[in-house]
Amino acid sequence: MSDPLLQMTGIVKVFPGVRALDGVDLEVRAGEVHCLLGQNGAGKSTLIKVLAGAHQPDEGEIRWQGEQIRLGTPMAAMKNGIATIYQELDLVDGLSVAENIYLGHELTAAGFSRRGDTQKEAAALLARLGHPEISPRREVGMLSAAGKQIVSMARALSHDVKLIVMDEPSAVLDQEEVARLFKVIRDLQAEGVAVVYISHRLEEIREIGDRVTVLKDGRTVATGLAARDTPTRELTRRMTGRDIEYVFPPRRTHEGNGAVVLAVRDLSSGRAFSGVDFEVRAGEIVGLAGLVGSGRSEILETVYGARKASSGSVSVDGKTLRNGHVRAAVRAGVGLCPEERKSQGLLLDEAIYRNVSLATMGRFARGGFINRGDEKRAATEHVKSLDVRPPDVDRAVRTLSGGNQQKIVLARWLLRECRVLLLDEPTRGVDVGARSEIYALVRRLADDGVAVVMVSSEVPEVLGLADRVLVLRDGVVVHTGPADDIDEHRVLDLVMEGSAA
Amino acid sequence: MSDQTPSAPPTTPPADEHRRIEAAAAAGGETQSGFVRFMSSPFGRNLGLVIALLVLCAVGVATAGDRFASTDNMVTILRFASVIGVVSIGMTFVIIGGGIDLSVGAIVALSSVWATTLATQTMAEDTHWLIMVFVACAVGVGCGLVNGVLVAYGRMAPFIATLAMFAAARGLAEIISEKRTQIVDVRGLVDTINGEFLGISVLIWIFAVVSAVGWVLLNRTTFGRRTIAVGGNATAARLAGIAVKRHTVLLYVVLGLACGIAGIMLAARTGTGSGTHGQLYELDAIAAVVIGGTLLTGGRGTIVGTVFGVLIFQTLTNVFTLNNLDSSTQAVAKGAIIVVAVLLQQRVAVRSSDST
Repeated sequence: MSDPLLQMTGIVKVFPGVRALDGVDLEVRAGEVHCLLGQNGAGKSTLIKVLAGAHQPDEGEIRWQGEQIRLGTPMAAMKNGIATIYQELDLVDGLSVAENIYLGHELTAAGFSRRGDTQKEAAALLARLGHPEISPRREVGMLSAAGKQIVSMARALSHDVKLIVMDEPSAVLDQEEVARLFKVIRDLQAEGVAVVYISHRLEEIREIGDRVTVLKDGRTVATGLAARDTPTRELTRRMTGRDIEYVFPPRRTHEGNGAVVLAVRDLSSGRAFSGVDFEVRAGEIVGLAGLVGSGRSEILETVYGARKASSGSVSVDGKTLRNGHVRAAVRAGVGLCPEERKSQGLLLDEAIYRNVSLATMGRFARGGFINRGDEKRAATEHVKSLDVRPPDVDRAVRTLSGGNQQKIVLARWLLRECRVLLLDEPTRGVDVGARSEIYALVRRLADDGVAVVMVSSEVPEVLGLADRVLVLRDGVVVHTGPADDIDEHRVLDLVMEGSAA
Repeated sequence: MSDQTPSAPPTTPPADEHRRIEAAAAAGGETQSGFVRFMSSPFGRNLGLVIALLVLCAVGVATAGDRFASTDNMVTILRFASVIGVVSIGMTFVIIGGGIDLSVGAIVALSSVWATTLATQTMAEDTHWLIMVFVACAVGVGCGLVNGVLVAYGRMAPFIATLAMFAAARGLAEIISEKRTQIVDVRGLVDTINGEFLGISVLIWIFAVVSAVGWVLLNRTTFGRRTIAVGGNATAARLAGIAVKRHTVLLYVVLGLACGIAGIMLAARTGTGSGTHGQLYELDAIAAVVIGGTLLTGGRGTIVGTVFGVLIFQTLTNVFTLNNLDSSTQAVAKGAIIVVAVLLQQRVAVRSSDST
């Protein structure tokens, strides 16, 4: 047998505090569709960035068509014929389809772009992809998500490409568009182009894939599995089971005693989610599990009023909140720790105490004048009780680690003595050691009578921390029940099998 | 892997990236050299401005000798700095809050014209000067309110909304004054505001009081804290329950009020109301604020810095005038100062937490 097209062996990528890749092997043959499977945080994103030349591996070897190569820059990867189509498509909305396809390697004559040739070539590429209906003159911003994806692929093909990496391409497509995408992939395959396909949807993998490689905790745990015949159970078994065990605090034994604090009734918001119905009692932690795009974060945003509900209601302590009004939610005692802590939660250059008091500063003010002594004392108290290190409230938040920054956001709502706490990915970017601390803290808050709703991409985290779990698929709750009665496999089965697309 | 929330553009690095950045940030925070630490402390940052001012004064003494170093000349510098200074204090709030206002000069002109029209036409000599002050302030507040509402609720870019006001307010000033310079014949106004109190020009007093009030407002009140929050991270501010839109409107109103005060100060100093008052004030005010260390992107800035920025500019103008250099040369020098000041600020990474 000839050399495989791509062979990666023992790839290690270390970021400070975390081994993102810890010995990954991947072998891709020419003309195959190779699926990459793994939970969030397994290292898929880092791996494809290494392949795209965006990250340099610390150890390991990459062989391309039998020869060892170094992918030093994204350009080097492109020159070798490796193209990556990211989830967030990197197109310029204001340029035409043809201009986007040839962006960075424009067809020119003496510095002038050859518009006619560019459009002719672009049209040929689009026809090759089975989409001659997309006009090369069209502005990319006017295209649908599916159309943009086709343009990205045409751009890849405009460089003599041998391997296309597709990161969850179906996430933004409807059923029909996915079918057309698959036809394109098959055509490429017939021309000898290899595809590395990342998706969480098993039925897609079964339909389009040839072989599967499974990643877990930055390592290859299985490779060369037959995409069509490997049982679901087998695949999810390989993806699950942690090497690193987090310590989850014990649940309270007397569940369901508290009064209902948060009641969400038949809540819907556009296409993001619909008919979501649940309540949370004082002292209870409810976890929302689901894939990226299943509507998890959108539900939290809607409850908080940061996104308008198209129907349904949210009430706290029996009082219905005004739709789409954050301040009404805050006043009713709801707090949110947003998913993007830095861009949505913190004033990074400001002192810790000012971040902690952001939602409460009126309490320390008389006639608009802030009593900084009181403010700092209160902030210090909470910073100490949450064990923020270092406990210096004058320090800029930027200088803290991810875990400590998360504690600052938590402290803000603790200071406000909120009734309902919404946590979106509470351990994102928090290093391994600090996670257990965050878990213990969330449980302590619940024990003090706060109603907690938590969203996490990491299923074990939801199951370990929450009392009750809601499983979401495509914006609909498909399972509700105590966290004890469901395991990781079952959750993955629920979210991955039988997706709408 | 990340959800895309409506408020966050899809540029989220993966979780491992976060960790890397955080670790780097944490390390950076601890390895700051003593010099950088000192220069980014409030004292250090203002020290640069003090030095710049002293150098300018030295140049002034060297080139113009006693003509520069006299008490009269110092008072002249301060008197001329006072009008643009008041505008700059207001501008500091808008810029820290993440906005910009190009219409300040036009608002100054409109409020000066409106106040003097009142005196010259309708009620003639009966007009009490306090009514003129009130009218000028009300005109400023009104213009600021329009700016603020357009920016916050009309979702217009501050640059565009205030550019429209820049054109409209000056046009209105010319219509009202019929393009004539209106002489203020209300002696009370000129005598009081252009007069002296405790031996010091009232104009300088006003600048001092506005600066002090601005400092307290920014550093000691919830208003100031919210301004920094809205400019530093509007999403975080909104999610923490701060009324971001309402606050944005208030910021432009505060600046409008400052322009109204500046308008009446100018009317008193020159004894006239005119549609040509306050020309290029927007540029001078923005430049003074930026030289003073306020980030044009918002979220960080100081009143003390702005005061120094104003004084540096006015002293420069004075030194040039004493040396008979024309305004064109001054403009070139001002441009150079802005560039040098901003480049220096970028070198000294502004990382301290206190915005005094």
